[in-house]
Amino acid sequence: MKNWLRQHRLCLTATLARLARSPLTSLLNIGVIGVALALPLAFYVVLVNVQSFARDKSPAPQISLFLKLDALAADVREIDNRLKKHAGVTQYVFISRDQALADLKARSGQADVIASLGSNPLPDGFVIDARDNNAAALEKLRDEFKAWPKVEYVQLDSAWAHRLDATLQLGRLIVLVLGALLAFALVAVTFNTIRLQILTQRAEIEVAKLIGATNPFIRRPFLYYGALLGLAGGVTGWLITWGGLRLINERLTPLAELYAANLRLQHLSLPDTLSLCLFAAALGWLGAWLSASRHLAQFDPE
Amino acid sequence: MISFSNVTKRYHGGHEALKAVSLEVQPGEMVFITGHSGAGKSTLLKLMAAIERPTAGTVLVNGQNAGSLRASAVPFMRRNFGLMFQDHKLLYDRNVYQNVMLPLDIIGYDAADAARRVRAALDKVGLLGKEKAMPVTLSGGEQQRLAIARAIVHRPSILLADEPTANLDSAYAVELGELLRSFNQVGVTVVIATHDEQLQARLQPRCIVLAQGRVVT
Repeated sequence: MKNWLRQHRLCLTATLARLARSPLTSLLNIGVIGVALALPLAFYVVLVNVQSFARDKSPAPQISLFLKLDALAADVREIDNRLKKHAGVTQYVFISRDQALADLKARSGQADVIASLGSNPLPDGFVIDARDNNAAALEKLRDEFKAWPKVEYVQLDSAWAHRLDATLQLGRLIVLVLGALLAFALVAVTFNTIRLQILTQRAEIEVAKLIGATNPFIRRPFLYYGALLGLAGGVTGWLITWGGLRLINERLTPLAELYAANLRLQHLSLPDTLSLCLFAAALGWLGAWLSASRHLAQFDPE
Repeated sequence: MISFSNVTKRYHGGHEALKAVSLEVQPGEMVFITGHSGAGKSTLLKLMAAIERPTAGTVLVNGQNAGSLRASAVPFMRRNFGLMFQDHKLLYDRNVYQNVMLPLDIIGYDAADAARRVRAALDKVGLLGKEKAMPVTLSGGEQQRLAIARAIVHRPSILLADEPTANLDSAYAVELGELLRSFNQVGVTVVIATHDEQLQARLQPRCIVLAQGRVVT
């Protein structure tokens, strides 16, 4: 166990030394991976910001409740009473059918047409703010109100939320596709880097195998190299996005002040940052593993 | 310890390097494989160490069938051997000490124990003072001795040497012969492929003579 740990420690220091021995190549490789990761990362950061901004700033969705046309004043009072007592309702406004007609006349500018209708086609209505604004709670309220006497129709004003949700889902899809493509790029970059290393270390690998080195032993430094490359690339990607956000925020803050808003793009959260690093390291490791396994087979006995 | 029965090795292109070779090497023996170049000496050694696999027949090493070992088992089988190659196969980007350390790193020796063994091996071949030197700065004889140190540092039970005296002048060759004899005297089985008759005359080993892929005597 102690020897095993020692071997891994030696391997790690040897790998770091190898990275340091050809600094330009290492930096370029890390840079390529960093840039590749920065693109989906930037998208993701914007997405997360829009999401949290939308959550904070969106107007609360309302429920509109319409009574049947033959509802009497007593029915209106009944509904009014029930709403007053309902725990899920914060506030509500009653709009009588006469008032609704007057509003429509004033707003649509088609007073003539409306006057020609003879009778008022509009029902009495309530506009209700719910205490709980998530979609499930709102739908539950809608179903409950629907069952009340003399209620013709209950409308949930959630179109806005649905639209935002659809847009965000599209954004998420874009991040996912970009992420997958560039993850592939990362694997390809490490694959190729490791292939070159194996070529330049042919003699060493050959001797090690002749002396009795197992494939895992020979593969290990390459795997470390790949993982370190991925990790460094992940950190670089993080730094690139961080720099980009700083630049944007510098412009955004004065702009937002003009609108009396406090708008700043936030960088990745700590858990997101950690999973980014882990993910990048894992991909580098994968690329190295694929490359090493593929190219070490040629040293096996014929 | 090593036994070949009806071993044939045919390479791509149809060249038959060995034809139905059968032979035995007993533990603690010193055996020379001799014959003209192209007679199949190197192939014989490669089959012993599972560097190549036989086309037909069986190669047994310590009771294991070297020809049909799984690839993952081959490294552990090779650790029984100390291998000396015609071209030394030293690592020229590492110093003398690190070259000899390599087999112990591979096997996973404890650090202190490994350092002691490396020094002992270097002392045995007379290179203790050159630990930090790079292989390119060594003479041909010294490089050969470095290759020996690397081959014996993990105390293998079998030493295989392919043309160990090929590039040495006669003084070095005598020295090398004595080294090989001393390993044999402490119980190491030594198999040497060579056509150096002086070495043969000095060490008086059992000889297996190959001609065109067949055992002659």
